[in-house]
Amino acid sequence: MTTTPPNPVDGDDLLGRLPEADQATQTRLHARLAAAAEQAGILDVAYRTLDTPVGPLLLAATEHGLVRVAYASEDHDKVLDRLAETVSSRLLRAPARLDDAARQLGEYFTGRRSLFDLPLDLRLAHGFRREVLSHLRDIGYGTTASYAAVATAAGSPRAVRAVGTACATNPLPVVVPCHRVIRSDGTIGHYVGGAEAKKTLLTLEATP
Amino acid sequence: MLRVCRAVLGPTTAAEDAWSETFLSAMQAYPALRADSNVEAWLVTIAHRKAVDQLRAETRRAIPTDNLPERPATDGLPGDGLPGDGQSQLWNALHALPVKQRQTIAYHYLAGLPYAEVAQILGGSPQAARRAAADGIATLRKTYPKGEDR
Repeated sequence: MTTTPPNPVDGDDLLGRLPEADQATQTRLHARLAAAAEQAGILDVAYRTLDTPVGPLLLAATEHGLVRVAYASEDHDKVLDRLAETVSSRLLRAPARLDDAARQLGEYFTGRRSLFDLPLDLRLAHGFRREVLSHLRDIGYGTTASYAAVATAAGSPRAVRAVGTACATNPLPVVVPCHRVIRSDGTIGHYVGGAEAKKTLLTLEATP
Repeated sequence: MLRVCRAVLGPTTAAEDAWSETFLSAMQAYPALRADSNVEAWLVTIAHRKAVDQLRAETRRAIPTDNLPERPATDGLPGDGLPGDGQSQLWNALHALPVKQRQTIAYHYLAGLPYAEVAQILGGSPQAARRAAADGIATLRKTYPKGEDR
């Protein structure tokens, strides 16, 4: 606190003492806004985070389905900024829309679910990358495929690197299982969530 | 923005209603907002309209009388972080000011808008806005206990 006498017509020192709302009030008001926006049909992107064995995951959904899953290493704030730019800035933390996704992911990480049954919004993937993602969903739980095999399945056997790029830019990791794509020599290769996370997922799926 | 609504309406449910409606309207209108718009001033403009709506509703709810008493806000919400000490006295002192002074103080000091923009929102000249804020601050200094926070 400074001791300089305040300028009598300047109110900064006075008004600065008005408190911000406390956390409980902010949370309550935010939930109220999210519910009202959802009801008014103007909540374009709802998001929440979920704690998992591979760290906190950001989950985001449009009214069409799950649109983004992001690892902490991708920087959740940056991911949200990108979503605001590319999908819609009408974006709020609103967990209700993601209840089903969070529940299914919770079951997956505790070994009780091997298949996700969720509406997906693939608008963040385009062209060949999107084609690749649709083939990734054919690689079953507990199995793996090589980048080359996925390229062949996608109809472009020589596009092995492009498959790698498609996996690296998968907007829906874990749910669209790019972690099941490994190198032809059997090593696990790169992963959007880091090699450690990939190993964790593959180990989880290999556990009966 | 909640502090702005509270400064105009008091730390009440009316302020929370104004805040909610401000952001709901803003979300509704946002896609039509021009990219070079001054988002801060735009939000305060919406908040201003919503607060005026709340003030009108309060007037309608009140029993008509010739003499409007200056009524300090005493209906703060539980758990709103406003203990019954210096802060709550400051809210009361603020709420006892004329509406125009509360508005100029809220939009200039809490929302950080220059007086030119405050004047655009409220009507009138920037000089008048500056004067209203200065008068309000001067009254606050008289009615709000001076010295350290207690």
